[in-house]
Amino acid sequence: MDARVASKPANAVLKLNNISRRFGITDALRDVSLAIVPGEIICLVGQSGCGKSSLLRIIAGVDTPDSGVLMLKDEEIAGPSRFVEPEARNIGFVFQDYALFPHLTAEQNVLFGLKGMPKKQARERAAEMIDRVGLYPLMKRYPHMLSGGEQQRVALARALAPNPSILLMDEPFSSLDRGLREKVRDETLALLRALGTTVIMVTHDPEEALSAGDRVVLMRKGEIVQTGTGYDLHDRPNCPYAADFFCAFNKVPGIFRSGGIRTPIGTFACESILAEGDAAVAYIRPQAISVAQDKGNISGRIKGRLFLGEVEQLTVQVDGLSEPLVIRTMARLPADADAVRLTMPEGRVLAFEAQ
Amino acid sequence: MTANLTDTPAQSRAYRRSGTAWLVSAGLIAMLVLLPVLALVFQALQGSAGLWSHLISTILPVALKDTVILLCGVGLLAAVLGTTTAWLVTAYDFPGRGVLEWALLLPLAVPTYIIAYAYLDILHPVGPVQGAIRWLLGYSSPREFRLPDIRSITGCIFLLGFVLYPYVYIPTRAMFLTQTANLIEASRTLGISRRRVFWHVALPLARPAIAVGISLALMETLNDIGASEFLGVRTLTVSIYTTWVTRGDLPGAAQIALSLLFVVVALIALERWARREQRYSISAQRSRYFEPHRVTATKGLLLFCLGLLPVVIGFVAPASYLVTHAWSRFLFAGLSPRFLSEAINTVVVAAAATAITLLFGLVVAYAMRLQPGRMSIWFYRLSTMGYAAPGTVVAIGVLVILAMVDRLIDQAAIAWFGLSTGLLFIGSGAALLYAYTARFLAISAGGTEAGLARIPQSFDHAARTLGQTTEGTFRYIHLPLSKAALTAGGLLVFVDCVKELPATLLLRPLNFETFATHLYGEAARGTYEEAAIAALAIVIIGIIPVILLSKVGRPKA
Repeated sequence: MDARVASKPANAVLKLNNISRRFGITDALRDVSLAIVPGEIICLVGQSGCGKSSLLRIIAGVDTPDSGVLMLKDEEIAGPSRFVEPEARNIGFVFQDYALFPHLTAEQNVLFGLKGMPKKQARERAAEMIDRVGLYPLMKRYPHMLSGGEQQRVALARALAPNPSILLMDEPFSSLDRGLREKVRDETLALLRALGTTVIMVTHDPEEALSAGDRVVLMRKGEIVQTGTGYDLHDRPNCPYAADFFCAFNKVPGIFRSGGIRTPIGTFACESILAEGDAAVAYIRPQAISVAQDKGNISGRIKGRLFLGEVEQLTVQVDGLSEPLVIRTMARLPADADAVRLTMPEGRVLAFEAQ
Repeated sequence: MTANLTDTPAQSRAYRRSGTAWLVSAGLIAMLVLLPVLALVFQALQGSAGLWSHLISTILPVALKDTVILLCGVGLLAAVLGTTTAWLVTAYDFPGRGVLEWALLLPLAVPTYIIAYAYLDILHPVGPVQGAIRWLLGYSSPREFRLPDIRSITGCIFLLGFVLYPYVYIPTRAMFLTQTANLIEASRTLGISRRRVFWHVALPLARPAIAVGISLALMETLNDIGASEFLGVRTLTVSIYTTWVTRGDLPGAAQIALSLLFVVVALIALERWARREQRYSISAQRSRYFEPHRVTATKGLLLFCLGLLPVVIGFVAPASYLVTHAWSRFLFAGLSPRFLSEAINTVVVAAAATAITLLFGLVVAYAMRLQPGRMSIWFYRLSTMGYAAPGTVVAIGVLVILAMVDRLIDQAAIAWFGLSTGLLFIGSGAALLYAYTARFLAISAGGTEAGLARIPQSFDHAARTLGQTTEGTFRYIHLPLSKAALTAGGLLVFVDCVKELPATLLLRPLNFETFATHLYGEAARGTYEEAAIAALAIVIIGIIPVILLSKVGRPKA
């Protein structure tokens, strides 16, 4: 996985250089640059309206950038000198609503993208792809006779059948039920990895982004905020927005002094570029704080408990802090527990300048 | 490649290129529809001052007065009939309710001029109804007893109200069915009686639907030429016709047509005002259908008879009259060759107009999908404007344009070839096709637009990324998926063309008769030959949209 990320963008299959797009007065995309290497699975993630879907539409060619250049396999497909129509790009697209044509069977839907091929060959290819997604017996059915998961798989087979240079997926699992979603997602990703398909997937679900992609691209208001592996983004977010996106941090205000943040609940070491004496905020993960009834250097009072199954989420009021701390623990406290003691994490915490 | 291109949004243009042809065509179509109205204004301004003062002093006051009285009367009657029948079939459950639900649509199949034609004879002093009443009461001659003459403005209001109420019934019933169920149940739990629910909840809720329905019914009233003429009501539409046909005064006709257009605009403004701030959001979230209240057998029978009354007056009576008369005429003389040629004329002209209208409607609606934006929406709006314009208004406008074009061609032909082409367009059926298309484009464009709107945009993108061009996407995705909408739209246009009378009367080539003009001619002369057969044919064709509508409006069981 790391090898892919490290590979040089020189062999990038898709390159975006300073792509911008405006809708009226809003910047849907501002100077977005990105390079994708073959076989890579990229997750575009961000809150709704951050421009991730706009980017996908521009890559597919159903929308045009106002400025910037889009290169597919070293060939300009959108830019000042050229615009390649979507049908000539050989880019696959799986839509959020799947966009299966209701008047065509599953097989005919897959065949739709194979009209350049000789008939017999196209049929074989369609059958092969439908088989790969495990729907061979249901090939002759119309979309309305298929379940949501089956429809998703037909959409995948249809997009993959013409052997696209790159596959785009717009929230491909969001219309599935929660239980089914993970199963379909795992199967889909396994298939894509087996085929070595280059994928750009859009999602608004942080967990999905972290688990599914080789690389995560976090967007906000039309701009790329941070790019990296899931570990990078989760463990080393480069800004409060990135941090908040992947984790509901406890934010403890303090002052930056000699390599650490001094707060009412202790001094935390942090790697920071802040200047001496700056107001800062320490970001502490809910699961990094341990809680017990008898040991710990900070005392607090339980204000709320929310049992989530594997862990329990506690809201604990601590002297000196205006906001209670949120703690996720696997320790089972007695039902009548009130006063508790907390232990703060050792080592470095994340810190950002106070806003 | 070249740096100077970077400043211009060249890419956008490249992508949009595929839709530009559609947009330009839509613009041309919009112009074509708009042209008759512009020509009308132009011609009206050309009219000499002397003529205008004659119009103001003699024709307009009477015509305006009659038109306004007719509009008020028909509006009121149609509103009462449409709303009560709609409430009857949604709020109460009784035997025969299901039949009544669609039977109430049947009067739509009877054009205004046909109901007038039929009732002139049915209610004739020596006709069946008055004869039966005299027999019942023991009178022997019309001199001793007769009903008030149907040939009056009251009679006209009565007859038009009974064929036009479905325009109110359809949207109001839909509103009652889909929108009010939860609210009515909620108000019942809040302690409001069934009777008061109608006045205090259902009726106010249905107000926008009623307003739309009334305005449609009144558009038809303004468009009517036959009923008013047969019953001796001198409306604006009748005045336009006589000013042009009997006096040959085109500027005068144009001026009256313009006044009629003002009435239409006022009507639309009134309708907008009546449903101001009344845009109830249609909550699609599993809106339940209204559960009707089951009534006792006697009460049920009473309600059924009550609901049947408008159907009998508006459809059953005139239709049975037409059937018996058509049959006896057929037994007496068979079908004349003249009748057959009229049948061909009617179908050919209607079919040709339908084909053009469908094509144009498709272009206008599809341009809006390919190139969404202010421009395509305006083209769409302008193209569908003709539906609000009465047939005579469109016809006079078309007449003005084609007269100009014909004159130009004629002069050019004389100058270049030394021969006169005469009235090239007016003499052919082209004028008729133009008027039909301009009037009924809204039906096909609206139907197509609704059909296309149901196809998600992602289908277009999917087809494109799978290697289809814009044209291919249209052919393989949009066309098959909107086939039902196109067919329905085509049928509606066809039926409307068959029924159309005012524009047909004004624009048909010499000696060119359709069913509608034949009927008009006989009724105007007071002869009763084959008119009943022609009228019956029109009514039978007119039942097609009723069948379509009854399928659309029904909740799935």
